[in-house]
Amino acid sequence: MATAMKALGPTREQLLARVGFAVSALLLLVVAPAFLSDFRLGLLAKFLCFAIIAVGIAIAWGNGGMLVLGQGLFFGLGGYCMAMYLKLAEAGSVGLPDFMVWSGRETLPAFWKPFEHAWFAVGAAVIVPVIFAALLGTLIFRSRVRGPYFAILTQALAAAFVILLVGQQAITGGTNGLTNITTFFGLDLADPGDQRVLYFLAAISLGVVYLIARQLLNSRYGKLLIAVRDAEDRVRFLGYSATRVKVIAFATAAGMAGLAGALFVPIVGIISPAMLGIVPSIEMVVWVAVGGRASLAGAIAGAIAVNWAKSSLSEEFPSGWLYFQGALFIAVVAFAPMGIAGAVAWARDRILERTGRKQPGPTTTATAEGTS
Amino acid sequence: MSTREKGGRFWLLAILALCLSAFVAVGCGSDSKDEASSTSASASSDSGDTIKVGILHSLSGTMAISEVSVRDSELLAIEEINKNGGVLGKQIEPVIEDGASDWPTFAEKAQKLISQDQVAATFGGWTSASRKAMLPVFEKNKALLYYPVQYEGLESSPYIFYTGATTNQQIIPALEYLQKEKGVKKLFLVGSDYVFPRTANKEIKAWAKANGMEVTGEEYAPLGSTEFSTIVNKVKASNSDAVFNTLNGDSNVAFFKQLDGAGLPSDKLPVVSVSIAEDEVRGIGADKVKGQIVAWNYYQTTPGAENEKFVKAYKAKYGKNRVTDDPIEAGYVGVKLWAAAVEKAGSTDPEKVKAASKGLTLDAPEGKVTVNGENQHITKTSRIGVINENGLIDTVWESDGPIEPDPYLKTYDWAKGLS
Repeated sequence: MATAMKALGPTREQLLARVGFAVSALLLLVVAPAFLSDFRLGLLAKFLCFAIIAVGIAIAWGNGGMLVLGQGLFFGLGGYCMAMYLKLAEAGSVGLPDFMVWSGRETLPAFWKPFEHAWFAVGAAVIVPVIFAALLGTLIFRSRVRGPYFAILTQALAAAFVILLVGQQAITGGTNGLTNITTFFGLDLADPGDQRVLYFLAAISLGVVYLIARQLLNSRYGKLLIAVRDAEDRVRFLGYSATRVKVIAFATAAGMAGLAGALFVPIVGIISPAMLGIVPSIEMVVWVAVGGRASLAGAIAGAIAVNWAKSSLSEEFPSGWLYFQGALFIAVVAFAPMGIAGAVAWARDRILERTGRKQPGPTTTATAEGTS
Repeated sequence: MSTREKGGRFWLLAILALCLSAFVAVGCGSDSKDEASSTSASASSDSGDTIKVGILHSLSGTMAISEVSVRDSELLAIEEINKNGGVLGKQIEPVIEDGASDWPTFAEKAQKLISQDQVAATFGGWTSASRKAMLPVFEKNKALLYYPVQYEGLESSPYIFYTGATTNQQIIPALEYLQKEKGVKKLFLVGSDYVFPRTANKEIKAWAKANGMEVTGEEYAPLGSTEFSTIVNKVKASNSDAVFNTLNGDSNVAFFKQLDGAGLPSDKLPVVSVSIAEDEVRGIGADKVKGQIVAWNYYQTTPGAENEKFVKAYKAKYGKNRVTDDPIEAGYVGVKLWAAAVEKAGSTDPEKVKAASKGLTLDAPEGKVTVNGENQHITKTSRIGVINENGLIDTVWESDGPIEPDPYLKTYDWAKGLS
């Protein structure tokens, strides 16, 4: 069917998607930097990192049916890889990051050594999560662990990672995490101009991640992934390796979370176990649920909208903002179970219907039906 | 609303409407939810006749139970200063933010206070992790932070004023008290697994080695853990004379309960705690910790006219059943010290405030305090107390006058190589 459509040129859906992408790019690359203060732009840069995680979750959960409740683990792996390099680059002649000095360590642990090289750290920030997820996924999916068992397993891993980081204070920075990061490849993180550069880096990364994800989902593989989500056994009977299909999606999501972590560190200047544990990992899934789990654009919108709301609500109602946030989630689940993307698609279909340009019928957007 | 179904729908709609109105209110800037901010927050970022200061504590999450009280005392101090005409003839306007017990959030909100609200100074933080997250933000913006809680030392940022105790004003006097007054020879260390207990215990071990005290064990429980039977068994088997406790928050409830259950009440095995103050006793229950030893610099019962005034004002504003304690007092002192320095400097410029703070003295509820210009900590009198049945703490020992802060323990031979 996909080839038949291509022959006829872009469909209305594809056109809409392209226009949407162009408008979003314009908003992020031109409008936002022009109108937002340095502080707000910095926040937006952080949310764009979160949106990169959300794209990964939309692939693994929305399209692959794997409820990944431990993305904090991969986000953390990426973030720590980057932060280790930045800490070492800053330590300079002392050779030891500040926290090791006050934790009483005299030598650099062996696993820190390779992170003296920028290329290694940047590569590792993405590759370590991917390899870890691929190995883990192969083990899990081969033994056909799925559904809630898979979700619990990922969550337990995120929790274990946090315990490991906290317990090994002398070599990981403990609960404090790796803080006081002030430079990033020659950029001065205190300088607003350099912060802007980082913002553009995050925005462009998000764009690239989105395009890759879109390409992946539109390919044959994407169809296969949805097929595995909806009827894994049938796909297996047809001769495909469901394990391989799922591992690819899981590892892709992990790689994206790792990339997000690596970008997050210079933007925020800190990475700590508080951002990797069970609660943040669940929050990541919540963004995607609010945005619409099957839609990439929805996931991005969800991550940005939820975090923006969290920031502005907590600024305005410092002691009561959590109630509003909770109410917001209830409202979304009650009124728009397919999230923002579902609500937008519904509204669009109604408008098209009313103007008579489209026959009433099943919605055309990719919506996830009864996956978990 | 006649049928139940319609009622449910109504409520959902009501919630939605509430959320929407919340978003609308975000733009308007009225803060009706937060009753604690008594001063109006209607003025926008330009500070004509008010001076803005930031209050940044965890008002949600695990640390809220402790930090809300400190926010309250800081607001009390601001209110008192405003009643007396403010600073430099201007009223102080607090801008309150929620750190949400999450360290990067502290960094984000600190940046927001500095660049959006352009506050003259910020009062906030509790955990060391939150301070470490905020430190680079204040340093890079050259803005001031007043940090109100005792901590593990080994830090001295030029843009942070530390109004809580550093180790040589709290932990070391406690150790000396145990050795001299209680004759403790074998000490067991129990703590939550994070930076303060781990660093504090490192210092305790160095001190013990130099002073002939034996450390019989060192155990850590994850933050928020309530399972202590293994640790209690180890304590029991170690035959120690005392326990040095750096557990945080809720864990203390379970720890003391299980210690008591194992037949080790306070008269058999004294436990010295450095993270339990009156406010925490209120949460744990006085009956569970009665007779236990704590080490701080201030108690609600500390004598003196300044403290009487402070306790009275705090209770009058927040209710009779509220208690004051060390971090609450340190938060209050922080605001007063900043205001005094601003008056002396004639400006809210951080560099001028820093210069004016050097050697600044203040009659605080805990007694006379002096700002050490070099490390920006303050002198503090060390006080060892015993928890009584009313949940208050009676002082049983106190240092001869205020102790000079020494965050890097430079004046102690045994501490060589720690920093």
